Amino acid sequence: MVPRSCARHPRTSVSGARVSFDRACVIGAGSIGSLCAGHLGQVAEVSVLVRRPEHAAELNANGLRVSGKSDFTSRVTAATDPDELPVPELIIIATKAMQVEEAAAAISGRYPDAIVMTIQNGLGTEDVVAAHGSWPIVSSVTFMSGTKESDSHVHYELDTATWMGPFHASGTSFETVKEIGALFESVGLKVEVLPDLRPAQWSKLIFNASVNPVSALTDLPHVQLFARRDRDSDLGHLMFDLIEEGKRVAAAAGVELFEDPWEMNSRAVQQGSTHDDEYAHVPSMLADVRAGRRTEIDFILGSLVREAHRLGVAAPLSEGLYRLVKARDRSYDE
Amino acid sequence: MKVGIVGSGAVGSLFAAHLGQLDDVETWIYDVSQAHVDAINANGLRLTGVGEIHTHPVATTDPTALPQLDFGIVATKGMHTRGAMEATGAAFAGGAVCSVQNGIGNEEIIAEFVPAVIRGTTFPAGKLIEPGVVQWDTAGSTWIGPFEPKPATMEQVEALAEALTRSGMETLGLEDARGAQWTKLIFNAASNALCSLTQLPHGRAAQNEQVRWVMDGVIAEGKAVATALGIEMEKDPAIFLEESIVPALDHKPSMLQDVLAGRLTEVDQLNGGIVRFGEETGIDTPLNRAAWSLVKGLEASWKL
Repeated sequence: MVPRSCARHPRTSVSGARVSFDRACVIGAGSIGSLCAGHLGQVAEVSVLVRRPEHAAELNANGLRVSGKSDFTSRVTAATDPDELPVPELIIIATKAMQVEEAAAAISGRYPDAIVMTIQNGLGTEDVVAAHGSWPIVSSVTFMSGTKESDSHVHYELDTATWMGPFHASGTSFETVKEIGALFESVGLKVEVLPDLRPAQWSKLIFNASVNPVSALTDLPHVQLFARRDRDSDLGHLMFDLIEEGKRVAAAAGVELFEDPWEMNSRAVQQGSTHDDEYAHVPSMLADVRAGRRTEIDFILGSLVREAHRLGVAAPLSEGLYRLVKARDRSYDE
Repeated sequence: MKVGIVGSGAVGSLFAAHLGQLDDVETWIYDVSQAHVDAINANGLRLTGVGEIHTHPVATTDPTALPQLDFGIVATKGMHTRGAMEATGAAFAGGAVCSVQNGIGNEEIIAEFVPAVIRGTTFPAGKLIEPGVVQWDTAGSTWIGPFEPKPATMEQVEALAEALTRSGMETLGLEDARGAQWTKLIFNAASNALCSLTQLPHGRAAQNEQVRWVMDGVIAEGKAVATALGIEMEKDPAIFLEESIVPALDHKPSMLQDVLAGRLTEVDQLNGGIVRFGEETGIDTPLNRAAWSLVKGLEASWKL
């Protein structure tokens, strides 16, 4: 781990890119936001913008503890109002997809010299951010996962990579992406920087758009059944067919996938990344349904279904599951 | 006439209680629940709701206590058909046995154990609320007809239909009862599986435009398979669904009741049945297949 005393000096990562972010702000401290803030807090001055005053108070009092794959506590400055936080050079929007609008509105007109990075599931959050400012935007998708144990403690479960690339419409240079990648690497997070993120973004979208809805509707964590295709009724058939639909939509959109989502699914359920046979990841959509929280279905499977309609690709399974999750999602009852 | 009800859950109890009103019918109940059987023998069988009926059939958990019976009415859940027929088959060696179960595939199993089989489809529904007492939620008709390749005679079919109708359960005897069976199969495949996956009651689910889109798709696939099999529907399941919304607005279909209680469901006999016959006839059934897999996944989640 890079010692805290080095935090105010430019550093050079193994990949050679200069790391030049002294002040980062993470918006939204769910499990991914907390993992980012906790790790970056080891080398930079990290602020956290949250919605609940008691969440901010707890972070200010206790710092942010990371356990599991990493083990340390970082000091952070937290608030519910950006006026109370230092001016950041890097802003990571780590809210759920449906809260990106609110997050971007909160920094609208501020920090003209900052870089903004999005790290949501699904498609389209960069456009939401771009409507609020002319910051260079870095797109990312992450495969890390963790569980919030409390407002000031996150348990780091899967230390898989975060993929990042320039959001071309905002004029972001690949050099900028490499700098952010180097910053992440300097605190031990795994990174893959890509000149075009769309192949990776779509790979993860199709993976998420199959695993999450099936998990939310069956109450099953991501277990080996998701890849089993022995009997006619085995879930692996449904997963395979859903993924095939997603691949047809990607092909129609002109996107060549970075990884085959079916292989991602098969590999994920082999517990290869945890070496723990008992481990079964609870996808965020299942956690949301169990807690009665609004799911990200509109941004995940919903964005795939909208693309299928736009491109004229038949996707009856995707549309069916999208609609069932919408109905299962009790947050729409009010 | 001696009639044995095999499996006295909600539907079996509706049949038993009604038949129990007839002086010329001796009604027996075979059920595996000792508490239910004891309550019936001590206090009789009571229906409440759509109508109030209180009769005294003879109940037993011991299949060897059954006399030789003229008719059987099997009303177990689909996954218990085989076990129930292994136990009771001998009592029907000279009679005809009618399934009033959900879905398809039960008559095939019954035919392994008895000489004459009747295909049946019934619409009345309810809920067992305590041993010996059943909440009767919906009234409706029953359609019965000979099941190939081990058919009961039309005389047997008509005799059973006459007795049931006279007891207050309107029953139609038909040469070909597949149309009614597939009407209900498709209706149930749409209602049960999707109510279970969304945890919404029947009418609420059908009123929800998201669920309705999937229900309509499940029904369209089922109708395509039925057409390929040369079956003429008793009634269009889509119209049937529309008409059921208000009367069954807050009714929890049996599969949803099973899911909420963590019991195995009849999805293999419903959406799974449509998928199987779809494969035989070359009809694609993606939404039924999805619903089947998802409900099986839900069942698997209870074992984790």
